[in-house]
Amino acid sequence: MWAFIHKLGSPKWFYGISAKLQPWFWAAAVLLLVTGSLWGLAFAPADYQQGNSFRIIYVHVPAAFLAQSIFISMAVSGLVFMVWKIKVADMAAAVMAPLGAAMTFVALFSGAVWGVPTWGTWWMWDARLTSMLILLFLYLGVIALRGAFTSRDSASRAASVLAMVGVINIPIIKYSVDWWYTLHQPASFTLTSRPTMPTEMWLPLVIMVLGFYSFFIALTLMRTRSEILRRESSKRWVQELVNGQVVNAQAEETR
Amino acid sequence: MTPKRKQKLFVILGLVSLTAIAVGLTLYALRANINLFFSPVQIAQGDAPMERQIRAGGMVKEGSVSRDPDSLDVAFTVTDYVDDLEVYYSGILPDLFREGQGVVVVGELQADGRLYADKVLARHDENYMPPEVAQALEEAGYSPADYQAKAAEVGKRLDEEGVPQASEY
Repeated sequence: MWAFIHKLGSPKWFYGISAKLQPWFWAAAVLLLVTGSLWGLAFAPADYQQGNSFRIIYVHVPAAFLAQSIFISMAVSGLVFMVWKIKVADMAAAVMAPLGAAMTFVALFSGAVWGVPTWGTWWMWDARLTSMLILLFLYLGVIALRGAFTSRDSASRAASVLAMVGVINIPIIKYSVDWWYTLHQPASFTLTSRPTMPTEMWLPLVIMVLGFYSFFIALTLMRTRSEILRRESSKRWVQELVNGQVVNAQAEETR
Repeated sequence: MTPKRKQKLFVILGLVSLTAIAVGLTLYALRANINLFFSPVQIAQGDAPMERQIRAGGMVKEGSVSRDPDSLDVAFTVTDYVDDLEVYYSGILPDLFREGQGVVVVGELQADGRLYADKVLARHDENYMPPEVAQALEEAGYSPADYQAKAAEVGKRLDEEGVPQASEY
């Protein structure tokens, strides 16, 4: 078990395996997102009360899912980095943060756009909306902390600690609608309970959620690979890899 | 795992759980303020301040909405199936506003026990369905009214067991 973690933690090994996995996740992401958005936006039926504005759910719910999942992944990567000193975990955490912040913003923005026609307001300081705004600030804090240190190691430790402590906000976001009176309704889409909508509305949502996750995994693999090359640029295997590509390119030109 | 790593893991887990406890206690202490609105039960018990802007929430009681034909004035009753609250409002209501629908009203509670609202917001539940399904459900006798009957039962049961205290919210 521990040997596997350390193997996964070797930048060179990770660089190799991620090259093989990456195209599959990109293909899945494109396929699922195209199918899901066409189905959800054009073919799924409108809601009996909200009409077509209900379709915002096909962006809002997957973005909100991802916003929370990315933060949890960041915190777990931070823990792995702090305890086992695995550098790849820290590189992954570093590249995840901007996507997580973007997804949180998308969830907040699409929620505001949705709130105007349904609730009659775009913002309300209720527990769900406020805890989601705090999540955005936590993401921005993690990104800022990484930039605030001259030493990369200090920056990584500070960002990891903030991610691990900030993960407390995730259950608060999830259960805010159950613990307190909020304007936001309880969850429509959970993995554990029966769907609150018929299959022809629910299936495109599942496809969109899976598509968003595939996109996240593909993008994280790609960006972690670039981060490995950047941070390990003095290592011999990286130099051999880059030099090999330069030689190939020159051979191509002279041919 | 080396002892050093184990120690580090425990330090981190300890730090995170202490912070979680601190946050949990803070949220518990502030629970009354985190709730977005007062329910009619709480208002009937006198938990809500008078003549200050508050928010109240519940269901719009079936058959309670009366509109003035010459103006935008509207009166309706907000209920949690235990207590009722009369609301007066003058303005445009959100599209989702209807009897049997959840609302949050922002306004001042006056001495006559009525709430004069500046703003009415609609809540909606977590259920979505196409119009045909909603119609079919209604024809089969499972309309939103069915849901309300169930909620009224719960309200009656709560009444018999004694109205829950505000501290339980």
